[in-house]
Amino acid sequence: MGGYSYDELGAIFAMQGFAGISLFSVLLLMALGLAIIFGQMGVINMAHGEFMAAGAYTTYLISSLTETYIPAFMPYYFVFSIAAAFLVAGTLGYLAEFILIRHLYKRPLDTLLATWGLSLIMQQSYRSIFGAREVSPTLPDWLMGAYPATDMIDIPINGMFVLGLTIFTTLAVFYLMFKSSWGLRVRATTQNRVMAGAVGINTKKIDRYTFALGCGIAGMAGAAFTTIASTGPTTGTLYIVDTFMVVVFGGAASLFGTIASAFSIAQAQSILEFFISGSMAKVFTLLTLVIILMFKPEGLFASKVRR
Amino acid sequence: MSFVYEKLFGDKKGLIGFCILAALILVVFPVMLDSFRLNLVGKYLTYAFAAVSLVLLWGYGGTLSLGQGIFFGIGGYAMAMFLKLEASSPENTAIQSTPGIPDFMDWNQITELPTFWIPFHSFTLTLIAILVVPTIFAYIIGAAMFKRRVGGVYFAIITQVISVILTVLIVGQQGLTGGINGITDLRTLNGWDITSDSAKNLFYFINCFLLLAVIIASRFILTSKFGRLLLAMRDKEDRVRFSGYDVANFKIFIFCFAAMISAIGGAMFTLQVGFMSPSFVGIVPSIEMVIFAAIGGRMSLIGAVYGTLLINFGKTAFSESFPELWLFLMGGLFIAVVMFFPNGLAGLWEDYGHHITKRFGFINKFFDKSENTADSVELEGSNS
Amino acid sequence: MNMSTNTDFTLAIEDLTVSFDGFKAVDSLNFYLDRNELHVVIGPNGAGKTTVLDLICGKTKSTSGSIKFLNKELTNLSEHEIVRAGVGRKFQTPSIYENLSVMENLEISYPKGRGVFGSLMFKHDAVVRDKIMEVAKQIMLEKSLHTEAGLLSHGQKQWLEIGMLLIQDPQLLMLDEPVAGMSVKEREQTAELLNKISAGRSVLVIEHDMEFVARIAHKVTVLHQGKILAAGEMKDVQKDPKVIEVYLGH
Repeated sequence: MGGYSYDELGAIFAMQGFAGISLFSVLLLMALGLAIIFGQMGVINMAHGEFMAAGAYTTYLISSLTETYIPAFMPYYFVFSIAAAFLVAGTLGYLAEFILIRHLYKRPLDTLLATWGLSLIMQQSYRSIFGAREVSPTLPDWLMGAYPATDMIDIPINGMFVLGLTIFTTLAVFYLMFKSSWGLRVRATTQNRVMAGAVGINTKKIDRYTFALGCGIAGMAGAAFTTIASTGPTTGTLYIVDTFMVVVFGGAASLFGTIASAFSIAQAQSILEFFISGSMAKVFTLLTLVIILMFKPEGLFASKVRR
Repeated sequence: MSFVYEKLFGDKKGLIGFCILAALILVVFPVMLDSFRLNLVGKYLTYAFAAVSLVLLWGYGGTLSLGQGIFFGIGGYAMAMFLKLEASSPENTAIQSTPGIPDFMDWNQITELPTFWIPFHSFTLTLIAILVVPTIFAYIIGAAMFKRRVGGVYFAIITQVISVILTVLIVGQQGLTGGINGITDLRTLNGWDITSDSAKNLFYFINCFLLLAVIIASRFILTSKFGRLLLAMRDKEDRVRFSGYDVANFKIFIFCFAAMISAIGGAMFTLQVGFMSPSFVGIVPSIEMVIFAAIGGRMSLIGAVYGTLLINFGKTAFSESFPELWLFLMGGLFIAVVMFFPNGLAGLWEDYGHHITKRFGFINKFFDKSENTADSVELEGSNS
Repeated sequence: MNMSTNTDFTLAIEDLTVSFDGFKAVDSLNFYLDRNELHVVIGPNGAGKTTVLDLICGKTKSTSGSIKFLNKELTNLSEHEIVRAGVGRKFQTPSIYENLSVMENLEISYPKGRGVFGSLMFKHDAVVRDKIMEVAKQIMLEKSLHTEAGLLSHGQKQWLEIGMLLIQDPQLLMLDEPVAGMSVKEREQTAELLNKISAGRSVLVIEHDMEFVARIAHKVTVLHQGKILAAGEMKDVQKDPKVIEVYLGH
């Protein structure tokens, strides 16, 4: 970092830090969904990235329809598309659970392969429907541009909006899982499935809605994703490995851990990118994570459980 | 005598299955296929090394690696580096600004051969590297994970991430590795033209013999006490531990062995195809190797070879005519194999084979049986 | 570090404590076991009985204290090292390899070829066969050697697991509820078996069935909330008012 003054370094860190916030938001939303599903049923959802892509394509679709038929609605459509992304991805998740996942509980390695198969099918579906080229929704004007905080630091508005969305979702998930009666039932099922069933909790229903919820949040991540990059059929695959690392590194059961881990991974990636090439930043980040996980396989924030 | 025989083939049916496979790849294919197609089959059979390694590691050991592409790649790249250095002799590369180094290095303004390339001037060192480097690499990963009792999904994810790291690294360091295009334009081995038909045919047979040798070695492991311990560990790891075994050492060994045979496959790939690129290292090839083993039957060494051949024949046939359908079919196969026939072709034959032969009479016996008997035999052998 | 001295006991546990997030499952436990002694530990659910076995065989790591087996400290050994030192343990639910035959179950437990390369070169020779036959007779399964273990009755599975320990000739045998799920006749046979195999080694049993305990135990220890409530001969322990209180009091 030889050639930079302290002021410049500060500005670089701040700028890359704000750029990293968008990545952080997408990773966190993806990881929340993945962690909920993994924590609840021990299923690794390899198709999680494709559910994100489902949300992104939904946003694109609504944007195109709005632009064609009700252009006056353009400034507001994005808010609705977030909800639609959640619903579309959630519904797909619900169906996937019903058709596929529920037959494979207690066979985690098999679900891993089956959901990989699902991801291939979803990718090819996107390619057949939307074409192989990447697409982007037309973003409303208020999402574009940046707010100049100092003469060296610009704060991108889309990043702030996505961050707000992420904070809102995280709080909602927290409330749902830890304060609502539904969350209580989910946690009861996670801890002792047989007992939960015996006291009258419909564990199958809980599983299905949990899976749908996880996928729905991935859909919201997809809507957020459209503000930072364009969407292609294989977009999901690019994020799935990073998301796994966020979940594993954070310790699958800890909400705080997931947030902290998404933040550190996104920021490390983003800030390193400025100094070394993007690919080497990724190598460096992932390699550091793998080495840490080799010494501390339970993740950084795993809770202690009596076994 | 009978002891050796049992160790290497399981039982009489195991021997028959092995002989049928040997006859198919050593006699039937070379007689029936032209040189181009035979070379294609040879390429598929290099993937079979990785599929066989997954039968040991995943089918018997219960440890799924989503990173066999790492080892396939290391083997392939080691061989490619040797061939590339031979192709980049100062005479051949006289027009470069730095003659004597691979062309892609020259394009990337590198003026001196990087240190880690130097051992690959020697064919002996290259052969040693193909066997030793993946083994050491697997040992490091395996020791770190298995000694800490990490396995299952977690191990699968970590191996996948490592394969991603390796791919990104290869692509990113274009000057050192040839980048996304890989290492290409490989022509001679110790002065002998490897692109000629005769060379390709010879490589095909060497490949077959190595594959059969790997199957025999794997069978030896599975019929020994080690093999029964693998199965025992998969089902009751704690009991094995409390019978006085250091479980981690067994897992590390089988992971290292699996890595080594995958690397042999990779090296043979480079020789037969004439190049190596990162697209045989990353997530997708690694997980495809798993589906080869799964389709063949995850408990069947010989089935893994048939599974590999079948999927690759299918892939070639479909991507020529209906590329779109192929991904749907492949995705469907992943789902079907875990939901409906977890023991793959070997299991299907076990369950339904006799119905088919009964219904369709001798015609079918003639065609299908030659392939499928081997699978069922293999499965039975493994259960005993 | 706990500096305990050497003793003549097979097993000497001193000041052993384990806590899970502050909850002490075993609380400064002292316990001694003689050679040739068959000792039964009883106690209500959650008393810490199974945890004690877990601590001895290394499944759970202690928070503090010492476990000496033939004067060898076990607390810092790993599971397989403890087994190789001569400690065998049967689990509460029979832990056998269901898909393998009785013969293969015993063969895997045979204490040779325990290393990676040893197991690759292991030969099933006459010595191994004789030992397997001998143990199979002891556990009354000599006629079922080629049966798949999963097909055995629940009681036979318990015996098989005991046999898998016996083939290793352990100096200390620990059995967690060996007669759970057994018929009356099987219980009698098991009692006989335990009395036979306690000769020349020490046996530590956890059991709930008082009638069975009375029949086999040389000594009894009552555990309650991680501590020893009473110890001694069965007939004395049964009369102890504290024990009656714990078992019947609430």
